[in-house]
Amino acid sequence: MSSSASEPMTPAQRAIWAIVCLSILVIVVVRSFIGDGMGRVYVEPKPMDFVAEVTTSTENASESTTSWKQVSTVEFDAYVSANGYTNTISWTEYDQVPPRAYFAQEAAGGGSIVLSWPRTIGLWLAAFFTLAIFSFLYRDNPFYKFAESVVVGVSAGYWMVVGFWDTIVPNLLQRLMPVFSKDYLTPGMELPPGGFDPTNLVFLIPLVLGIMLVGRLLPKCGWLSLWPLAFIVGTMAGLRMVGYIESDILSQTKETVIPLYVQGENTSSNFMMIWSTIWASLAQILLVIGVLACLVYFFFSVEHKGAVGKTARVGIWYLMITFGAAFGFTVMGRIALLAARVEFLFDDWMWLIDPMQQREFISASVGLLF
Amino acid sequence: MQILTRSIPLFITAVAGIVMILSAFFPYTSDWGKFAGQFFNILAAFAFVLGGGNLLKLHLKKISDQRPGWAYSGVVLVCFIVTLFVGLLKIGAYPNPTYPSVHFGGETQGSGSMFWWFYEYAFKPLTSTMFAMLAFYVASAAFRAFRAKNFEAILLLGTAFVVLLGRTFAGVLATGWIPPDSAFSGLRLENLSVYVMQVFNTAGTRAIMIGIALGIASTSMKILLGIDRSFLGSGD
Repeated sequence: MSSSASEPMTPAQRAIWAIVCLSILVIVVVRSFIGDGMGRVYVEPKPMDFVAEVTTSTENASESTTSWKQVSTVEFDAYVSANGYTNTISWTEYDQVPPRAYFAQEAAGGGSIVLSWPRTIGLWLAAFFTLAIFSFLYRDNPFYKFAESVVVGVSAGYWMVVGFWDTIVPNLLQRLMPVFSKDYLTPGMELPPGGFDPTNLVFLIPLVLGIMLVGRLLPKCGWLSLWPLAFIVGTMAGLRMVGYIESDILSQTKETVIPLYVQGENTSSNFMMIWSTIWASLAQILLVIGVLACLVYFFFSVEHKGAVGKTARVGIWYLMITFGAAFGFTVMGRIALLAARVEFLFDDWMWLIDPMQQREFISASVGLLF
Repeated sequence: MQILTRSIPLFITAVAGIVMILSAFFPYTSDWGKFAGQFFNILAAFAFVLGGGNLLKLHLKKISDQRPGWAYSGVVLVCFIVTLFVGLLKIGAYPNPTYPSVHFGGETQGSGSMFWWFYEYAFKPLTSTMFAMLAFYVASAAFRAFRAKNFEAILLLGTAFVVLLGRTFAGVLATGWIPPDSAFSGLRLENLSVYVMQVFNTAGTRAIMIGIALGIASTSMKILLGIDRSFLGSGD
């Protein structure tokens, strides 16, 4: 399906690339001039205005606390004209709205909904990345290599950021530096009595081990990383051993020890009652036989001959059905993802389909044209 | 040096693992297990730093050596550094309305922030398209490899078709003529698909799970007892 990019392109391949790129370009340009165009994102600004409320302690006049109160734009403007911008905080949030809201606003003669350039550029970039990845289906190429490099860089950065804000901050910084964390990072956290809990000093251990782990990057300090690595491996070994014995061996075995006779649920007639009982009981019997047969197949300490061999063969049949089902599910999952990407290209980007009625104002005109 | 690189790591492995096992059996030690779990999460986060550092080292070397494709390494580094920068500093993130004076109090991935932008318009489309592309490769591989040469292969193929068709409108339509309340309603593709999943697939999956769990338990024991030391890179 693909070949290495290091091989020089033949003139025919060059021609194919030129035709594909040109076709996409022509389609995009033509589509942009039909109806209301394509690939735009609209947002509605939402002002967030806050003014400070300073409360002085009744017991000690020098002690005061500041809390922030959200106010309406009118109240905020009145406050600013009276007191200036001191003790105020304001910013504007932008909520994405479907294009039909913008079209309705334009039809009504104006409003606050505006085109979002950052999101529109992002949308086009996402479309470019989607096409660049799909281009690998033909052969390896610079577009794919570029997209591949972006995914490596962005995902490495993404997981580091998530690791910092979701793990290091709540599990380490909040415990070792609670006051700093509350003041600058996570204002919603509860401070321990006295501002610091001495038992949390135990979290210096993962901090030191973590720094030792990063020591692997230094040529002469590589051995330092063995200690945290040993901790990770040991913890996982202990945790997984107990977890798997509990959830996979014991509970799965327990779930297999089941009654072989099950009363059917369909009571519409005597015949149907007997029939559904047969089906339900057969399911239980086949389930138990299947688990045992598969386990016999996995048992390699005995040669698979005679009765053991025949049972193992039944186990193979069950496993083939399992693999077939797994294959079917994998294909279904991938096709669902593919459909989502195609929908993104045709709906969000090109505005050719409108399953969510996001652009009902134009869908009719586009329908006439295509 | 042998003590630092072999004995102490083996001791740490054994102690950490045994603590985790004990915490499952003795209520008194359950807190130890909780701490060890939290330590593990913190170390896993530090491992991301190690990964990022390795990425930098590798690609900077490639750029400095000007090896073929070094420009792509530049793209990797730029994307990595920019994502890290906007994410750690929460560039463009809205503050938390409850604590508006604390800049870092807002959501890291809140809609509108630059980090969200990178996730929404780069990370998400790229990764989901890569996974979606596997649909073509799975189909292509299946077309080349699947041949109904024997009974086992027929079972595999047949099940795949039943499961695939049973969850599509085409499958429901194909056997829609069988009355749903009749004795043969189990033969309707959507019901057959459910039956295959509940009985045959459950049996096979269960046996595989039990086999995997036995393997994990024995490997864990080997690691904790110091029999398997491959993670230390000793080769023994």
